[in-house]
Amino acid sequence: MAKVIVYPPTSMILSDLVDRMGHKALVVPEVVRKLATDNNIASPPLNVTSEEPKKGLRYAAVDVPSGIRGRMALIGPIIDEAEAAILVQDPGWLTGCAGCNRTNELVRLLIRTKGIPILDLSYPNNDAEARDFVQKIRKFLEDLK
Amino acid sequence: MLVTKYIIMSSESNILPSDIAMKIYGSGYDVLVKETCFGVIINGEKEVVEALIKEIRSLDPSGIFIKDRGFPPGDPRRCRGRRGGGARPGFYMIESESKLLPMISRALASEGESGPIVKEKARPLPLKRLEEIVNEG
Repeated sequence: MAKVIVYPPTSMILSDLVDRMGHKALVVPEVVRKLATDNNIASPPLNVTSEEPKKGLRYAAVDVPSGIRGRMALIGPIIDEAEAAILVQDPGWLTGCAGCNRTNELVRLLIRTKGIPILDLSYPNNDAEARDFVQKIRKFLEDLK
Repeated sequence: MLVTKYIIMSSESNILPSDIAMKIYGSGYDVLVKETCFGVIINGEKEVVEALIKEIRSLDPSGIFIKDRGFPPGDPRRCRGRRGGGARPGFYMIESESKLLPMISRALASEGESGPIVKEKARPLPLKRLEEIVNEG
């Protein structure tokens, strides 16, 4: 079982397909859960403490906007943990923690420079593309075993 | 460790969120269930939730999708009832991807019918080609 990071990191379709095919999807909600449901909430409401910006600084310089560093504090550690990646190009409707384009550029760059197996895809627009989408993901994940 | 998962149905699935909620109530698992317009949110111990998800998936293997959620159901930091209305942050992503679910669902179903891609078996090197390689050397 490989740890596969998906981009967008909040994607339901990608994380479901990875889990369904027997691998572990690395997604942001899992990281958020660790913070938000910690028994010792040091900094309510979201438990973002002074440690989070420090984590973010490992991936982005101090003069980079704080939003990017904050997002990287969540996404950076899962990039470090990843053994493979599935990237969907230009979804066109990223929101929430995946809604910052500069962060997304940095995330894609870090994944690509990590030297792990990467599958590049686009979201499907019709049934034939959807079949191709699912088959490519299955083949990629089978090859990881 | 407590985990929270979304169970989201493709719009073409015959399963309704209420069917899933009733299945969970009937299963006797110790989990918290919240029914929503697009599916169900469940919260419980990781092992219990994973076992339950396997059962729920079997209702419609290609039409039910699972997503992780960071906050527990009804959490005041996310619940719109406590934040003055409007969609919960993160709903927009689910809404956008939900439009693709029928296509993905049909693709998974057709794959199930035709079976997964069969890998091409590795064949031994033909004798003729081996001779050519030897002669090249």
